[in-house]
Amino acid sequence: MLRRLFAFNGGVKPPTHKSSSTRAAIATLPLPPELVIPLHQSIGGTPRPLVRAGQHVLKGQLIGAADGNISAAIHASTSGRVVAVEARVMAHASGLSTLCVVIAPDGEDAWVECRPVPWRSLPGDQVRDLLRDAGIVGLGGAVFPSHLKLKPGPGSRGSSKGGLRHLVINGAECEPFITCDDMQMREQANAILAGATIMGELLGAEEILVGIEDNKPEAVAAMQAASGRLGERGGRIQIVAVPTRYPAGGAKQLIRVLTGIEVPHGERSTDYGVQCFNTGTVFAIHEALEKGRPLLSRIVTVAGNVERPGNYEVLFGTPMDYVVARAGPKPDTDRFIMGGPMMGYAMPSRQVPVVKATNCILVGSPALFPPPAPEMPCIRCGECAKACPADLQPFEMYWHSRAKSFGKAQEYHLFDCIECGCCTYVCPSHIPLVDYFRFAKSEIWAREREKDSADAARDRYEFRQHREEREKEERAARLAAKAAATKARIGIDPSAGGADTDDQALIAAAIRRTQSATTDLPPAGESGT
Amino acid sequence: MNNSPFVLQPASVRSVMVRVLAALLPGVAAYVHFFGASILIQLGLASATALGTEALVLFLRRKPVWLFVSDGSALVTAWLIALTFPPIGPWWLIVVGTAFAIVIVKHLYGGLGQNPFNPAMAAFCLMIVAYPLLMSQWPAGAADFATQMRLIFGNRELDGLTMATPLDALRTALHGNARTTVEAVTGSGPVFGYLGGKGWEWIALGYLAGGLWLLQQRLITWHLPTAFLAGLGLCAGLAHLANPGLYASPLFHLFSGGTLLGAFFIVTDPVSGATTPRGKLIFGAAIGLLTWVIRTFGAYPDGIAFAVMLMNIGVPLIDMYTQPPVFGHKIRNKGKGGHP
Ligand code: SF4
Ligand code: SF4
Repeated sequence: MLRRLFAFNGGVKPPTHKSSSTRAAIATLPLPPELVIPLHQSIGGTPRPLVRAGQHVLKGQLIGAADGNISAAIHASTSGRVVAVEARVMAHASGLSTLCVVIAPDGEDAWVECRPVPWRSLPGDQVRDLLRDAGIVGLGGAVFPSHLKLKPGPGSRGSSKGGLRHLVINGAECEPFITCDDMQMREQANAILAGATIMGELLGAEEILVGIEDNKPEAVAAMQAASGRLGERGGRIQIVAVPTRYPAGGAKQLIRVLTGIEVPHGERSTDYGVQCFNTGTVFAIHEALEKGRPLLSRIVTVAGNVERPGNYEVLFGTPMDYVVARAGPKPDTDRFIMGGPMMGYAMPSRQVPVVKATNCILVGSPALFPPPAPEMPCIRCGECAKACPADLQPFEMYWHSRAKSFGKAQEYHLFDCIECGCCTYVCPSHIPLVDYFRFAKSEIWAREREKDSADAARDRYEFRQHREEREKEERAARLAAKAAATKARIGIDPSAGGADTDDQALIAAAIRRTQSATTDLPPAGESGT
Repeated sequence: MNNSPFVLQPASVRSVMVRVLAALLPGVAAYVHFFGASILIQLGLASATALGTEALVLFLRRKPVWLFVSDGSALVTAWLIALTFPPIGPWWLIVVGTAFAIVIVKHLYGGLGQNPFNPAMAAFCLMIVAYPLLMSQWPAGAADFATQMRLIFGNRELDGLTMATPLDALRTALHGNARTTVEAVTGSGPVFGYLGGKGWEWIALGYLAGGLWLLQQRLITWHLPTAFLAGLGLCAGLAHLANPGLYASPLFHLFSGGTLLGAFFIVTDPVSGATTPRGKLIFGAAIGLLTWVIRTFGAYPDGIAFAVMLMNIGVPLIDMYTQPPVFGHKIRNKGKGGHP
């Protein structure tokens, strides 16, 4: 059945470089000598470490507990001894360090006990908690905790009314070089579709749409065959080949292509009757629920400046250079990029560990990714606007970001920018537009944080004032009470008629006295809070 | 580069400008065929002046001279000036005009990408106001090369070598004689051809061919040429329908003067023009309308330059009010509640 597809504006067609890494099957690696598992691997709170140096852990054992609901747990990727719990450089362009659990594998690869989850008979909240504690996050690169996206919309689980209209499974994989989803779809199509069926039930989805870019005919065929094998149960599933155009794999772009729905920036797609998950995530959810296995590894593409590009199943915490060594890096390698050439980040070191966000280690060289020609002024040619999938006017945002007039940049919808890099890709003046947008966003966030802390300080100040006020009143009341008691002692019955007015006058006078007394006091020290 | 994207499309300002220059070649070829090689001299003079002044200003502004001189933008300005100035004007006319365009209009406002006015059109306006006579002396045909050289570099004994452009001739005739009609004027005299001016219509076709190629190369979008030609054609058409005796036909307007050069090479200047799709339509149509008004009621031979300059002023406003809707904000809350 041919489905009517929609188009998004803009986009670019960079050379895909995908064929060389799809020749061999997904390979596994021998255990590395050391695993460095960062506790913070997803959006949200940093999990609390549950282990100490010297302790022995089993494969799949919880080593970091989710911090609050917006977080996801972390597990030991193999069995062994915890060598240290310490800060190490993280897989992030910033080069900052983060708390990691360092494990020396014992070579046994001994599992904790894993039990399938009877998810069908459990309430939705409990299933979601289980997924959080299995460490499931979006594996397309955004690493957003998946359990948060598995809440059905306004309706409840299973009820068709108000449930989800479309569940979109994202197998588009539009970034050049990356083929991990492609290979996983070829090899694990059954499990992926089984996972999709589970999620469809959890969300009460009317239909399940698997979007795959049409440059992956093998994956499309494998998934179609798997959906055929599902027979009746696969009725709601459609495997859809979508036109190859970067960034068709952006969640919002794929939703648009498959359903025609445009989810605006900052709004939840569930409110629009649609939700989107990456194929790798769906596979992980299947593993977690049907086998009770937490997320310990992922498929990683190693491509670029290597002799044997390919895909590997890699345990989290494996140093990148250990993985790349298998693929034979060429001598002129100058950097590792995590992710693809359009949106990836150059790593601060080659030893940083593979984490949940590592879909690809792109090995770079000056020949493969030459430095761009010198930046020229913007000639307002509008190429960037034509290429922008968010329908923005990048050159206008660029003017204002450059001039640091961030308010203006926001008026041109800076925060709708998905940082896809299409604008930079096409700019004839070689302006690193998206860098300016990242800069502008981070500046605005920094200012907002500053403002927030200023607000907090003001709140504290106001609270102190309020407290002083209250103390004044309490003091006045105490004085008044004392006065009333004195009066009572000297023989005036406070409850007798006519005494009320006297009493009140006395109290009022006492309050006046204390107030004038306290206002004359020097202001309390600034450190009073 | 430390940040993504790590790959870029092979594009550069230079490749854009070089392709614009290439697109001018068919028009230039027709020009040489009908009016002789003098246009090549003018192109050379303008190019040399543009590159020289550009290099000088860049040097004075302590900018990387070679990087910017080689971007080709000065050459495009120079060629547009040469193609809009009379080909047998004295050498200094084009030199002064080009220097003004590069030094004042382009660099005083900050150089490449910063100028609010179209440099070539600003130069045209300046020179026609300052030297209206010289700017109105157009060749009567392809005089021999020696004569053309004499006109450019030596004494300017014109004796029958020049004539007004078709637009000028038509307006002068109509203005001077209340009883004559467009048909009577264009049907007679050596100036007029089948569609516009004799020879000029072929040059215009050359520009049209180059312009279509630019469209095919996606260097320009259809909005500006279409809106401009439609604006001009519509005004001319309505007036012509109302009084064919007094107003020339739209076809005459489209193939006369700088109309097609303007449509594909001048109103499409990205730096000084509107950038949003709707903005381009407004900008182009307004220039078309103003061009017709100035041609018909003004005192200058062609109206495009003034029309472009006028509309350049309005660009920031046009752009601001024609921002296209952003992804997800097109139809508000289309899908709220789950059933779009
Ligand atoms: S593509 Fe580059 S030069 Fe063209 S308008 Fe955008 S920022 Fe300016
Ligand atoms: S990086 Fe932002 S502005 Fe540039 S094309 Fe992508 S969404 Fe548009």
